[in-house]
Amino acid sequence: MPHILSIPPVSRRAVKVWHRNLTVFARTWQVNFFPPLVEALLYLFAIGMGIGSYVREIGGVPYVTFIAPAILAIAVMNSAFFECTYGSFVRMYYQKSFDAMIATPLSIEDVIAGELLWGATRSVIYVVIMLPVLAVFGVVSLPLALLAIPLAFLGGLMFAGIAMCFTAITPGIDTLNYPSFLFITPMALFSGTFFPLTLLPAALQYVALALLPLTHLVAIMRMFTQAAVSPVILLHLAWIIVVTLLCCMAAINLMRRRLIV
Amino acid sequence: MPGIIEAKDLKKTFGSTVAVDGIAFSVRKGEVFGFLGPNGAGKTTTMKMIACVSPKTSGTLTVLGMDPDEVPEKIKAGLGVVPQETNLDPDFTCYGNLFTYARYFDITEAAAAKKADELLEFVQLTEKRDITVEKLSGGMKRRLILARALVNNPDILILDEPTIGLDPQARHLIWEKLRTLQAQGNTIVLTTHYLDEAARLCDRLVIMDNGRILVEGTPADLVRDHAGREIVEVEKSDEVESCLRDLQIPYEMAGDMIQVATESSRDIARILLDRCRPEKVITRPATLEDVFLKLTGRKLRE
Repeated sequence: MPHILSIPPVSRRAVKVWHRNLTVFARTWQVNFFPPLVEALLYLFAIGMGIGSYVREIGGVPYVTFIAPAILAIAVMNSAFFECTYGSFVRMYYQKSFDAMIATPLSIEDVIAGELLWGATRSVIYVVIMLPVLAVFGVVSLPLALLAIPLAFLGGLMFAGIAMCFTAITPGIDTLNYPSFLFITPMALFSGTFFPLTLLPAALQYVALALLPLTHLVAIMRMFTQAAVSPVILLHLAWIIVVTLLCCMAAINLMRRRLIV
Repeated sequence: MPGIIEAKDLKKTFGSTVAVDGIAFSVRKGEVFGFLGPNGAGKTTTMKMIACVSPKTSGTLTVLGMDPDEVPEKIKAGLGVVPQETNLDPDFTCYGNLFTYARYFDITEAAAAKKADELLEFVQLTEKRDITVEKLSGGMKRRLILARALVNNPDILILDEPTIGLDPQARHLIWEKLRTLQAQGNTIVLTTHYLDEAARLCDRLVIMDNGRILVEGTPADLVRDHAGREIVEVEKSDEVESCLRDLQIPYEMAGDMIQVATESSRDIARILLDRCRPEKVITRPATLEDVFLKLTGRKLRE
């Protein structure tokens, strides 16, 4: 049995699985197009304009500009995470799609890699739709903010990998609620999203930097949307890349253990 | 000449459970080969090992001359699989299912589109082309799965209970399609619980129980060797039983009937009617079902 962190043999056929999911998504694109638009507007109005009218500024930038990168980063996290938990679990367990796929030249490694790539693609699609809305409200700084798009892919891949690890070990679909409520929701609030990380007690700041992936994604996203890139970006990027690689490898190997018996 | 599928001392264990316990068989090119056995006999596990989706624990297995542990993707390119569980893609139409599946085999878009329509025609689902698979009846779903297994023009077709839960009309249609495929030179490996289906379709078959192969042969040979030519059935009563014992005629209990296997049902029936005064006597040819129940017993399996 391969070690959880060994490099899985993924072939180019993974793209076929990605393409299958894209085809299904594209067929219902009208339904899929609106949530990102609405979500961006809801955040901007409720938190940006609402709370923003009391808070005014954080560190010299308008509050709504402060939270704009958080809106993008949370969207990246949610779209990849929920696609590769509930979405992948339904395809694996209820639709038996993975069983059907591995009866073809596709290997289980190809199938899971395709699902991870698709999760990351969902994040990219979300950000591509949200970005113009934020730009219209003048809360992101173009053209540097366009780098949010490739960043969405990297961040999306990270959360897809984390999600797939949970999917690989969950006994049923209900137990996927635990990582959602205990990990994803708190992370959306305590990762330097709606208030600066520096407001947390020092110990918690270290915890957030060490353990909460969203912290690093928000930090980079903020540098892009506010056009204020500092060398620290390299540390954040390195953290994300390492965690992405580890989680994606673990996800594929754990899924093999679950499905190939 | 080696078979298109060869297994020697093939074994599969799940923890401490032995699902397949050192079996050997050889499937020849172009034949229909059946795996029969009660639930839990190891048939599906064997199918999964042949289909390269479940690795063997020990022994040797070659499919199309290749080792599933070495080059599964090459073997799978030449296989068509009809699984026991319906796993069509509910997000697609009938056409979409075939087209998408063909793409997994690296078939070009143009060829996949052409093949999908050809196969819909073959399984008589052209009218349902653009309907989502959830709206199909059970029989239509099985036909579509059969069509899906053919998208890559497989060298070997692997069918795990292809007609499970179907009405007689739907079963006959599947049989007809399988015979057409065999006539075209396809090798077909199947499992089934329906013994009439096995007798009808299989050139050769094995009966498995508890992970082992009990017998192997053509349906006709198996019936002749293990159940005799004919069966006489008599309603069970103490008088008939003691009468049979007195006459030293071997018999078997089958529910509320007593069965006597014989080469000549006419003679046995006459003796019974003359000497034992039975309520009712039925004579019939022996079938694969008699062989099956004789070899695997009448106890219920779960």
